[in-house]
Amino acid sequence: MSHSWAIETENLVRIYKVKHKRGDAESAPFKALDGVNSQVGTGELFGLLGPNGAGKTTLIKILTTLLLPTSGTARVDGVDVAANPQEVRRRINMVSGGDTCGYGLLTVEENLWMFTQFYGLDNKTARERIGKMLEIVGLQDKAKSKSYQLSTGQKQKMNFARGFLNDPKILFLDEPTLGLDVQTSRVLRKFVKQWVRERPGRTLLLTTHYMAEADELCDRVAIINQGKILACDTPANLKKRLQGASVFKLHVTPLEQTELFSDLPGVSNFSGHRRNGHTELNFILDDENTLVKILSAVQQSGAHLISLDKHEPTLEDVFIDLVGKSLSEIEEQTGSVS
Amino acid sequence: MILFLRTVLGRAYPRLIGIQREKSWLIFGVFLPLLGVSAYVFIYKALKSPPEFVGFVILGGAMTAYWLNVLWSMATQFYWEKETGNLQLYLMAPTSRMAILMGMAFGGLVSTSIRAAAILIVGSLIFSVHFTVVSWWQLILVFLFTMVALYGLGMLFSSLFLLFGREAWHLSSLLQEPIYFLSGFYFPIKSLGYWVSIGASIVPITLGLDAMRQLVMPSAKWGFLSVDEELGILLVMSIVFVFVAHRALLYMENLARREGRLTIRGQ
Ligand SMILES: Nc1ncnc2c1ncn2[C@@H]1O[C@H](COP(=O)(O)OP(=O)(O)OP(=O)(O)O)[C@@H](O)[C@H]1O
Ligand SMILES: [Mg+2]
Repeated sequence: MSHSWAIETENLVRIYKVKHKRGDAESAPFKALDGVNSQVGTGELFGLLGPNGAGKTTLIKILTTLLLPTSGTARVDGVDVAANPQEVRRRINMVSGGDTCGYGLLTVEENLWMFTQFYGLDNKTARERIGKMLEIVGLQDKAKSKSYQLSTGQKQKMNFARGFLNDPKILFLDEPTLGLDVQTSRVLRKFVKQWVRERPGRTLLLTTHYMAEADELCDRVAIINQGKILACDTPANLKKRLQGASVFKLHVTPLEQTELFSDLPGVSNFSGHRRNGHTELNFILDDENTLVKILSAVQQSGAHLISLDKHEPTLEDVFIDLVGKSLSEIEEQTGSVS
Repeated sequence: MILFLRTVLGRAYPRLIGIQREKSWLIFGVFLPLLGVSAYVFIYKALKSPPEFVGFVILGGAMTAYWLNVLWSMATQFYWEKETGNLQLYLMAPTSRMAILMGMAFGGLVSTSIRAAAILIVGSLIFSVHFTVVSWWQLILVFLFTMVALYGLGMLFSSLFLLFGREAWHLSSLLQEPIYFLSGFYFPIKSLGYWVSIGASIVPITLGLDAMRQLVMPSAKWGFLSVDEELGILLVMSIVFVFVAHRALLYMENLARREGRLTIRGQ
């Protein structure tokens, strides 16, 4: 028994049986998690980064005892989620970004109070924590408003506050800033970071598909795609994989064929896709001199260069390097069903 | 244990506060049922039925409120909670799921009792009905067991209906009217004949209502079984329904975790 990991999974597999309507016997099993091995240390702020459908929510549901693994094991604070869910539940909480909680007829305060009762909090502690959290998410002036009067974002903030009320040892945030404005997102990110730093023994696992969020916030990031963890390291180390490589982003007038670019010698990784009336080309080059060949290839294809940008490798580039496609490209292809 | 009680009260709270905040219950919960009651009263008066029938109808009208509450606020509840996202938050909490259901039931019972009492009082004032209670403690026991059995059934429904998904709504509407008839909300079930009455007794309110009528209007000889027999059956039903509801809940939760279907929305 190794108690040192806050979260630990071994060969975790989750298969969904997709039942077709109208009674045809064909049910195609779908592998949402395909042998996930991961370890998150106590006190870590750990990020799961991946496109829509990668399996992030599935993993979180298993870790929060809402879903059973098909095979493999998962332990939270050393406790097996399948064998001993009630023990796990005492130590965790979860907030799912787009969601709200409670009942419209209750005030914000009352809704949050109701949830504290499911964790057995006494009234004094409950009131204190609710007050503090409302202040953090900036809803103190709404504490006595009925929650049906709140805007979508305010409801989300109320739900965000709920996640912290039982002072969980391990907190799961599934795309916590989804749909929130920039200012609010920033405040919540700052709080999340502070929460982990200031409370020894607290661990936080967060999923996101905002690269910058993962980069800014997380001690370590796992990049997940199609149910597999492709890489897992600190953001700095992940970016170091591309050290020595040059990363360019080109915007050109619309191009039909972009395959030819990946075959150019010296291009170690390439992704291209249409975006807002032009074509975006992302290159990871072993050698900067390859750029000359690229530019002439652009010219030969009849397109015009709109902008060219060389930058330090970002997590986005690491993703392209690992998957061979950019995150936004994958999401356009899958039509963002979540 | 403390956690259990806190959970029950926590979940009952929205229902208790609801009756105070949503004034529409005055119209939907008291006025409309009274209209229904009046219709039957006039029919019975026109038919020159025994005067006790008016009392029967008013009592039935009051009990209808509980049946509606069980159907619409218990049976369909988990399905609705799933759609709003609360269900997964409940299932993730380290508390007893039974406590959450009991909180729902308790809150519903209390708020419905206010409505039922209003129907009873206003109804008997309008039609000047006098109830003479034969035995208070029997009446209280009958009422208690009827409610435990009835809300036990509601708890069972709420897990079962979750499995049916969207169909749950149709099921509830489907169950609403026939039970009015079968459980004899507006007439003594004895008039349905022995076997139909036996069948209708699966809904606890049937026997409960029959026993209560015998206890408050001893002059009418329309009882189906004796009060003691009905009390015994209701006690058994209370235990069975609550037990089966508990099993159904465990089954539902396991299925949810295995299939991953029950906590996702929009199906
Ligand atoms: N209950 C379910 N039944 C069948 N398939 C499911 C179910 N839940 C998820 N899936 C499938 O499993 C895959 C992984 O889904 P998951 O929700 O874990 O993705 P995600 O990484 O959270 O994506 P997003 O960024 O869109 O939230 C998807 O392809 C999805 O269609
Ligand atoms: Mg997700």
